[in-house]
Amino acid sequence: MSRTLALVSTAAILLVATGGILASRGGTYDWTEQERQRIASLSLSSLPALPPDPSNAVADDPAAAALGRDLFFDTRLSANGEVACASCHLPDRQFQDGTPLGHGIGETTRRTMPIAGTAYSPWLFWDGRADSQWAQALGPLENPVEHGSNRKDVVEVVSANYRDEFTKVFGQAPDEMPLDMAFASVGKAIAAFERTILPERSRFDAYADAVAAGEGSDALAEQEVEGLRLFIGKAECLNCHNGPLLTDNDFHNTGVPAVRSLPTDTGRAEGAQTVQLDPFNCLGSFSDAAPEQCAELTFMKASGEELVRAFKTPSLRQVAQRAPFMHAGQIVSLAEVVAHYNSAPHASAGHSELVPLNLTQEEQDALVAFLQALDGDGQQRAEP
Amino acid sequence: MQINKLWLIPAALLVAGGIAFAATRSTPPADLDYSLSHRSDEGLYQVTLVPSIDPVPVGKMHAWLVEVTDSEGQLVEAEIALDGGMPQHGHGLPTVPQVTGKDHHGRHIVGGMRFNMPGWWVLNVDIDGSAGADTATFNLAL
Repeated sequence: MSRTLALVSTAAILLVATGGILASRGGTYDWTEQERQRIASLSLSSLPALPPDPSNAVADDPAAAALGRDLFFDTRLSANGEVACASCHLPDRQFQDGTPLGHGIGETTRRTMPIAGTAYSPWLFWDGRADSQWAQALGPLENPVEHGSNRKDVVEVVSANYRDEFTKVFGQAPDEMPLDMAFASVGKAIAAFERTILPERSRFDAYADAVAAGEGSDALAEQEVEGLRLFIGKAECLNCHNGPLLTDNDFHNTGVPAVRSLPTDTGRAEGAQTVQLDPFNCLGSFSDAAPEQCAELTFMKASGEELVRAFKTPSLRQVAQRAPFMHAGQIVSLAEVVAHYNSAPHASAGHSELVPLNLTQEEQDALVAFLQALDGDGQQRAEP
Repeated sequence: MQINKLWLIPAALLVAGGIAFAATRSTPPADLDYSLSHRSDEGLYQVTLVPSIDPVPVGKMHAWLVEVTDSEGQLVEAEIALDGGMPQHGHGLPTVPQVTGKDHHGRHIVGGMRFNMPGWWVLNVDIDGSAGADTATFNLAL
């Protein structure tokens, strides 16, 4: 009797478990209300209008953007006359370079980041050591392994070649301003251009908009829909890759291995210290913002174990075309990225926020398929 | 003896299933109190939280109001500090919220609140007032 009961119990548990798994994989995908909301929240249609940048008075000035575009492509803004912003931020490659580390005059220690949608981010660089697009743009100009230039030379080049354009935008010629002010203005013009670079719509957005409207859609294949289900559920991707840009614009230690040949990289732990001391931050003298408009910097988390080897969550839009992945290009394929999150290795320093996901190979493949459905449609978006 | 061992099969299945379920982190404890107004842990104060954006958003910086009263409902002069985090993830808030002033009802304004993930968040309000020091703990489901 007892033996029968034990066997019946076993059979019942297996039946219920199997039924649950099958139900959750039903081909029709009747999304729950929570799932529908989550999917809608990821659509580019949910992206708000560009947030103002109060620290940059010319952020939305088309003349500033035109000047910034010219500066972005100008190799004269470098020590050897061969490096422009566009040397690593290649316009036809999502403004990145497809190599593990950036190559300017020398080799950098991190992966070149794409630019689309960065106007929405309060923090720039993998470690958030700049708090605006214009403050970010100034860093590489003076970095010995990137442009290798200095602010005096940069302002001289701008003064000699863009004097009228600069004066029209900023009301003064570059060489009539204090040097640091002119240098900051160069960054503000470049930022005005970068603000116009926005992510492209994907097949996922068409699917998400249909789901949000309660309609059916064949924009995604079955495997991609399964990947989406995992993305917003079991795989926990949404914890960090949330919102229409699929990033929380924050910093996380996900146990990405350190590169032995590179110097120790503490990520946000150092970036948080650097941005507080940056004379070009939102609270600095070259910012156009009032102090109360600098909430991100004012309420910033500046220390703590959580910041050690925490790096910025990248947007996943068009991610499949941006191998290699992670902050120093440590992982070469999306399949290996998903496998990394699935296995949740310990961090080399600090503590990884990951837990093992217990995804099957089939589920991992579905996630990769979904990530590929985030590819752009080739149409550079205008501002929403 | 053999029959008793057979019971290990369903027992093991249930334990394995429970572990797999818990490992998803997606489900907070079932009995959480999500009210935003209740007594502090030692019962010294009544603490009421009011988010400036409702429903509370993920990813957007905003302010919260914190009201501290005694058992009679009278406002209490107190120093407060607000902190929080995600117990299932082992991390705190992505920002360091600070008291920036009081509104015309005498409620503390706490600026710099941001939640960067959906899920279960815990907020702790440390109160140092006339009745002594106490902490009020709140749960949020985003």
